[in-house]
Amino acid sequence: MSSTQSFRLASESGVGSQIDCDKPLSFIFNGKSYPGYAGDTLASALLANGVDVVNRSFKYSRPRGIVAAGAEEPNAIVQLGSSEAAQVPNVRATQQTLFDGLTARSTNGWPDAQRDMMGLIGKLGGPFMPVGFYYKTFKAPASMWLTYEKYIRKAAGLGRAPTESDPDIYDHMNRHCEVLVIGAGPAGLMAALAAASSGVRVILCDEQPVFGGSLLDSAETIDGMAAFDWALDAVERLAALENVTLLPRTTANGYFDHNFVTLHERRTEHLGDTAPTLDGRRQPRSRLHRIRARHVVLASGAHERPLVYAGNDVPGNLVAGALSTYIRRYAVRPGKRLVLSTTNDYAYRTALDWQNAGGEVVAVADARANPDGELVERAKAAGIRIISGSAVVEATSDRKGHRVNGARVAAIDIEGFRVSGEVELLNCDTVATSGGYSPVVHLAAHTGVRPVWRDDILGFVPGQTIAAFEGFGVVGAAAGVYAAAGVFESAVTQVKRALASDGIDAEEVQIPIVETFREGAAVAMYQVPHDKPTMRAPKQFVDLQNDVTAAAIELATKEGFESIEHVKRYTAMGFGTDQGKLGNINGMAITARCLGQTIPQTGTTVFRPNYTPVNFGAIVGRHCRELFDPERYTAMHQWHVEHGAKFEDVGQWKRPWYYPQKRRERADGKLESMHEAVVRECRAVREKVGVLDASTLGKIDIQGPDAREFLGRIYTNGWEKLAVGKARYGLMCKDDGMVMDDGVTTCLADNHFLMTTTTGGAAAILEWLELWHQTEWPELEVYFTSVTDHWATMTLTGPEARNLLSELTDIDLDRDSFKFMEWREGIVAGVPARVYRISFTGELSFEVNVQANYAMQVWEALFDHGEKYGLTPYGTETMHVLRAEKGFIIVGQDTDGSMTPEDLGMHWCVGYNKPYSWIGKRALTRSDTRREDRKQLVGLKPLEANVVLEEGAQIVLDPKQAIPMRMVGHVTSSYYSPTLEHGFALAVVKGGHKRLGEKVYLPMPDGVTHVAEVVGSIFYDPKGQRQNI
Amino acid sequence: MFHIYCPYCAEYREEEEFHPKGQAHIARPADPTATSDDTWGEYLFFRDNPRGVHHELWVHAVGCRKFFNITRDTRSYAILETYRMGDQPSVTAESMILAERDAECGVTSTATMQGVPS
Amino acid sequence: MPRFAYFDPHPAQAVTTQSPLHHFVASASGEGSAVALREHAFLDHLILRGEPAVMIDVVQSVLGLTLPTEPQTLVLGDAGSLQWLSPDEWLLIVAAGDGFRLQRALCEALGKSHFSIVDVSGGQTVLELHGECAVAVLMKSTVYDVDPGRFPVGKGVTSVFAKATAVIRRVGEERWELIVRRSFADYCLRWLLDAGEEYGIDYQPAKARVASARKSASNMEAVS
Ligand SMILES: [Zn+2]
Repeated sequence: MSSTQSFRLASESGVGSQIDCDKPLSFIFNGKSYPGYAGDTLASALLANGVDVVNRSFKYSRPRGIVAAGAEEPNAIVQLGSSEAAQVPNVRATQQTLFDGLTARSTNGWPDAQRDMMGLIGKLGGPFMPVGFYYKTFKAPASMWLTYEKYIRKAAGLGRAPTESDPDIYDHMNRHCEVLVIGAGPAGLMAALAAASSGVRVILCDEQPVFGGSLLDSAETIDGMAAFDWALDAVERLAALENVTLLPRTTANGYFDHNFVTLHERRTEHLGDTAPTLDGRRQPRSRLHRIRARHVVLASGAHERPLVYAGNDVPGNLVAGALSTYIRRYAVRPGKRLVLSTTNDYAYRTALDWQNAGGEVVAVADARANPDGELVERAKAAGIRIISGSAVVEATSDRKGHRVNGARVAAIDIEGFRVSGEVELLNCDTVATSGGYSPVVHLAAHTGVRPVWRDDILGFVPGQTIAAFEGFGVVGAAAGVYAAAGVFESAVTQVKRALASDGIDAEEVQIPIVETFREGAAVAMYQVPHDKPTMRAPKQFVDLQNDVTAAAIELATKEGFESIEHVKRYTAMGFGTDQGKLGNINGMAITARCLGQTIPQTGTTVFRPNYTPVNFGAIVGRHCRELFDPERYTAMHQWHVEHGAKFEDVGQWKRPWYYPQKRRERADGKLESMHEAVVRECRAVREKVGVLDASTLGKIDIQGPDAREFLGRIYTNGWEKLAVGKARYGLMCKDDGMVMDDGVTTCLADNHFLMTTTTGGAAAILEWLELWHQTEWPELEVYFTSVTDHWATMTLTGPEARNLLSELTDIDLDRDSFKFMEWREGIVAGVPARVYRISFTGELSFEVNVQANYAMQVWEALFDHGEKYGLTPYGTETMHVLRAEKGFIIVGQDTDGSMTPEDLGMHWCVGYNKPYSWIGKRALTRSDTRREDRKQLVGLKPLEANVVLEEGAQIVLDPKQAIPMRMVGHVTSSYYSPTLEHGFALAVVKGGHKRLGEKVYLPMPDGVTHVAEVVGSIFYDPKGQRQNI
Repeated sequence: MFHIYCPYCAEYREEEEFHPKGQAHIARPADPTATSDDTWGEYLFFRDNPRGVHHELWVHAVGCRKFFNITRDTRSYAILETYRMGDQPSVTAESMILAERDAECGVTSTATMQGVPS
Repeated sequence: MPRFAYFDPHPAQAVTTQSPLHHFVASASGEGSAVALREHAFLDHLILRGEPAVMIDVVQSVLGLTLPTEPQTLVLGDAGSLQWLSPDEWLLIVAAGDGFRLQRALCEALGKSHFSIVDVSGGQTVLELHGECAVAVLMKSTVYDVDPGRFPVGKGVTSVFAKATAVIRRVGEERWELIVRRSFADYCLRWLLDAGEEYGIDYQPAKARVASARKSASNMEAVS
């Protein structure tokens, strides 16, 4: 197979530290099969096979090749996956480890990147698309933007999500450590070693599969070892320590307040399309680590900055360091004849590597007049031609633009931004450039730190740490320290300082001895001048991923965009998944040049999480499908399931909504509709007996000598006279006078009460009670404890309720001895129970409460005895109809945080004369709450019996008025009443209490206008006789 | 994602365990009936929104269920101090200004993050 | 006038008794599973509230346990376990049927001081995690730092568990307990089984409840 890998170096050459030539693999790119080796990245394997064009550009549809070797790669963005379910968009080929059978496609380009139809026909109206094209072309009408956007996205091909369900699982892991080290290059390894020696917990992560960073490509020796071997040794030493967690293939993507960092670990992406199982057990494909660190050491290194020159996007143009990486790690030399253009000494290593790997270095164009560093001398000694004071002003290409075929080199005047000499055309197939290094400050920027420019290193470094990120430090190249000795030193110093701040003396760590060499000063150059002005020269790309050119930035500044943030948004520079890794500094430098400013005057843009894309699976973890949200079950849940209940979500609770039965009159065995079931359930309650699982109601046990006083302050009504054995309905307001909850509270003993709350309000009300107790009235002796889950509650209701219950209990149920709003203790179906005679349906009701573990015993006994009484289970829908018929409100449905007790017509529940100014009282006498035109709760009876008004429908007084009509209220609850054989509703209407008997109108979107009469809110048994039978 | 020192649990806990409850030290007027509508409205609805030091009421909802106060810098999100109900803050906007002035004069501040050694 | 109405919830005769997880059956992941999960159902759980000064002696004399006053600690003794939940709140877990007796004994001993004792036995259950990967499963589930080096035996906290809450405590070298609310128990168990799959996880349901742990003649018991 390797015969086709024509750019792969022979294994005797001694390079290729990451690959295993004994393990050949095959993969498919754009439908074609290629060979590669274990350890390859997709990018190195493509280069080994001579695949020059890997993508089409986003805007101009130009052929693009691999430029870099890591996270900063802007072009080689692929769609991964051999099946629909396994599709993953936006994968960088430079970060994707090769596996056998890997299947990838170019993200852009149809039918493929080599033969791009969009490019031939001219994408979106011709190849000439000026900056701001989308804004200018598609700005109006605004309503069409969605249509345009769809087309633009399709043409641009931004990758696509799979349409089938992901077969993989993902998860999260919460980790805590004293020192988190981000990046395992020389600085990170050193920092981890220094921190680990003190015994504190250390986490070291790196986005690459192998730790070592730049050491993996380095020709240096450290402590007398090859840099590569030193790295291996350091990793081994760390791996042996129990207090160290090593996370390779793990990118630190976001850095949040108080040293909270998210790490994205790609656990199985290098093994296959989907995660393999281990002993039949599924393994998470990727994992999001949520790290809380005491100290964060950012050792994220630096990205080499390419130069900006004409034709710099043609395949065959790479950043210099990437060539060294491909040669040294993957034994790939992706060309024969190299021209290198540099502003600094470091790039000379690439020329030497290229030559050592058997390639021809045609020339090094050095922008400096007198390069004289030690590496330069080595290159000279190796016979490499060096053209000083010059640069590659343009890379030329074949007709299709598929590969570099020459470099135009000329003497340049950097200060004057002009070509100062003759242009020489050099024959080559590869152009490598280095404009220096940009420290990777992205994560530092997430903290809110503004990077600061340093002229001495020609780059931005993180500025002063802000207070919420105490314990954050930057080391090595990320801090602008490039020489190996300084890198190690900075790492040890930072770790020592960090630990010392916690009173920990770090062990003395030996700083490795590295060879130092004389380094020549670099020169500042970003955009290379061309023999034509920028606007007329061939395109000089700044941001390859977003197709932003130097000319576009120049045009933007001419059009008046002066702030770098505006230039960024106008040109799209540094957008999306790229986050400006290669292009941002160059873009800023060009902006600065156009505006006649310095780079620090121009400033920098803000980098945001995530540093590289994170798949949704990792973000979601296992909070998906059946585990998306907790489902809370009552003790009778299994019974409801077995009896065919349909469930309604009430908060996180699953409550039976209704129980559809097979329709007796029909042979097809079809289930009742909801309407049919609710009619049947309502009739059962009104005529016989029904039972509701009411266990979800919030229950709070209240004990203490001041319990009664507390209730008086927190409820609107009075509690001082409630006797043991009695229960009372209570209404709770916020201090603004608006109703927030309601429920029945029972006096169990003199210092002991049981409060019930709405199902949804349980947790919030407990917190509300604690709030007032802890912050305003700590002197009151009272304790609150939630007992919601402890008790199972079954509401037996209907005229037969007493007859049924009496078969099962020793409690005297006589109407005169066990009165309405009283409770008794006794045995029900063999189980100790508290029984409350309270009613939410208007019928005779007994609420049976037992410890939840025994609930099923009682529930089933009720049905064992209930058949002869017509016992029918009913759900929340029937409950709603029955309570609405009685005008009982549901807080949160008939109220919305703007209704006072008086608005609800519940002045009977307000104790204005209570001595303490209870919560909400004062607000009820504010001028606003006394207004007579407030929305007030009333009943609505549609004139047509079968009309059920829509909940939320707006109410008007005059249906003939012009739109927009004056709305005076809306429907809050609306049902069909089987008892009344009529639709009915509760509604809030301005000044409604004085409108009884008036007609109101409800114009609907379909043109129909319903007419209803304003009536009292109690539709059924207004005297409340039925609960007293 | 804040890391908050609960003065009752006496350790740092994750933000997910807490609920914010708004501005701290809002006292309910002792005699509500004696307050004017304006005063009562002020108590109910008006809150500070400073750029800088802010005292906030929080509750360790998934934890000890105790309410306590946080002094937080709304610019940096740094938590300067946490303290129990009924206690007064030792870090305030005024004390910060004084501390900055002292720092300029070379006096070192003894205030630690969140008022406790970590 | 009785001050508190305590209630013995346990029936005198054998009745259908269901733990919150009664609908789960035992499951095993096969050879080499690294987490064992089981439910300890039907224990009596009491919430004690009061100032430490009020509680400490009474707890010692009635329960034979030293009231934990250090945050995040619990004591294990013959009577059961007692865990600090808050400066004035503790969780007492005792054998099935002991709760009501202890509730009255504590109440009597505490006399006229201000306190509260609440039976929450039906409202929560205990899950035990055991095995070398128990900690890893917990790390997937809670934001609390459960590193065994930081979380010694005898420590217990209330924290976030998945999207629910739980009391998390370490009762042995590789033995952890979760106390979860009844209504969330199904969700928590499904979460644990899912999170443990990677390592292999076995589940053992609770032992059936022994009939009648009832120790008092009447369930109606008012304490004055
Ligand atoms: Zn706390």
